[in-house]
Amino acid sequence: MKEGGAVSAGMAATFAHVLGRDLRLALRQRGDAALSVLFFVLAASLFPFGVGANAELLARIAPGVVWVTALLAVLLSLDRLFERDHLDGSLELLARAPAPLGVIVAAKMAAHWLTTGLPVVVAAPIIAGMYALPPSGYPVLMMAMLLGTPCLSLIGGVGAALTLGARRGGVLMPLVVLPLYIPVLIFGVTAVDASLAGLPVRPHLMLLGAMLLGAAALAPWAAAAGVRQAVA
Amino acid sequence: MQALQDYLAMGGYAPYVWPAYGLTALVMGGLAVQAVRRLRTHQRAVAALERESAGES
Amino acid sequence: MTDTAAPAQRRWNLHRWANPGRFLRLADAVLPWLSALTAVLLAAGLVGALAVAPPDYQQGMSVKIMYVHVPSAWLALFAYTAVAAASLVALVWRHPLADIAAHAASPVGAAFTFLALATGSLWGKPMWGAWWVWDARLTSMLVLFFLYLGHMALAGAFEDPARGRKAAAVLALVGFVNVPVIKFSVDWWNTLHQTASVMRFDDPAIHASMLWPLLVMGIGFTAFFITLVLVRMKADLLAVRARNLRAMRLRGD
Repeated sequence: MKEGGAVSAGMAATFAHVLGRDLRLALRQRGDAALSVLFFVLAASLFPFGVGANAELLARIAPGVVWVTALLAVLLSLDRLFERDHLDGSLELLARAPAPLGVIVAAKMAAHWLTTGLPVVVAAPIIAGMYALPPSGYPVLMMAMLLGTPCLSLIGGVGAALTLGARRGGVLMPLVVLPLYIPVLIFGVTAVDASLAGLPVRPHLMLLGAMLLGAAALAPWAAAAGVRQAVA
Repeated sequence: MQALQDYLAMGGYAPYVWPAYGLTALVMGGLAVQAVRRLRTHQRAVAALERESAGES
Repeated sequence: MTDTAAPAQRRWNLHRWANPGRFLRLADAVLPWLSALTAVLLAAGLVGALAVAPPDYQQGMSVKIMYVHVPSAWLALFAYTAVAAASLVALVWRHPLADIAAHAASPVGAAFTFLALATGSLWGKPMWGAWWVWDARLTSMLVLFFLYLGHMALAGAFEDPARGRKAAAVLALVGFVNVPVIKFSVDWWNTLHQTASVMRFDDPAIHASMLWPLLVMGIGFTAFFITLVLVRMKADLLAVRARNLRAMRLRGD
């Protein structure tokens, strides 16, 4: 019993330690998080130029545009997750650490979400406002994105780990990751659509929550396998 | 002859049915041909290399 | 010639060849029968589909496309399952042949997925008037196609092909776990965005006279898949052997 407690305390300590490390590193390069949000806003601003500024049309595509551009913003920032550490050798040190690599990877993914996904979620209402999303959609949009963006960091992290050191890794990773993003995208958008239509929102949010739990349980280990392949 | 023509016309759906079967045959046949060719190439390479090493030793 | 130059290396080489050697002999024994079976099944299926089976009450003769579309879709899924199973064996038991099997099977699965999409499109055009509809099944097939492409791209993206296959193995498992999730989410999405006219790729109510050619084609396609993968594995293993022989020759063994 006591040993079980000690083990989980050890894992929690590792998690906190790696999380703090990654957050401090990200803080030193504040620009990175800002870039993700900037891309998010910029990409979302493109659509009206493409489809016309008809308010009704924009309101209809608002949930989809917010989600797709948020997803792309997270995707573009995924190289920060492992690449930097891989290039300067600290990833190899982390891999050799006595702590389980899955915990370390999970902490890195959490840090990634806090510095990319969360800022995007905070910026989402701005985009929704530009698209004249009806007020009833905002709470659900925020909740859905709070549940969905961690999934994006988790799933994307698997892709980032597996493509470490690959030729054309930058182009390969989206190809690998985007099909896996589709369920999150679908559940996220349909949640907002449901709330706009006055339909029950709980099933959608529960599906997102279930995805988050599943991803949190499995993705760190898949990514750890990828990291081990990269540093072996 | 008329019966054959009627059959080939597939009740008017010929432009869809025959390309579907044709494409299937093309892809499956292409896969098979490519696989067998690769196999022959490597078989010959291995046989040649084994003959060489047998000749040397 | 058991010289003492590099005994450990020799043993490891032998270990690498022992299993593949056995496999190659097994494959050589099985392939003639398997190829014959494939040919017979496909021929019987074709005759059944094109000559014997009656046209559908609603869809007329276009239903004949079902006999290539549905087996292709079946194989697309079956092949992905095979790739995932082989990947699991490769990662957990580190069986050297499992990697090669997954690598051989993936492009074949991708080809069948492409066929399912193309024949589905050809079937849909006369029925629903459009070359592409975002029907749940076709859309799921499209996502599966992307999964295959990602798998193939990842496997080939590394200087060291073994590393590529290992990464692809992890991806195959992640993708396989996701397939039911994707299927569910696409179905969900499709029912919520149902347009006024219900567009569904309903197989016609299968009557027995229509069913048996479909089953025969399905089994025939499966036999074709297995035969093809075995041939590709043989070729891959022989390529490895050729490479090893050349390396040994350079070392002056």
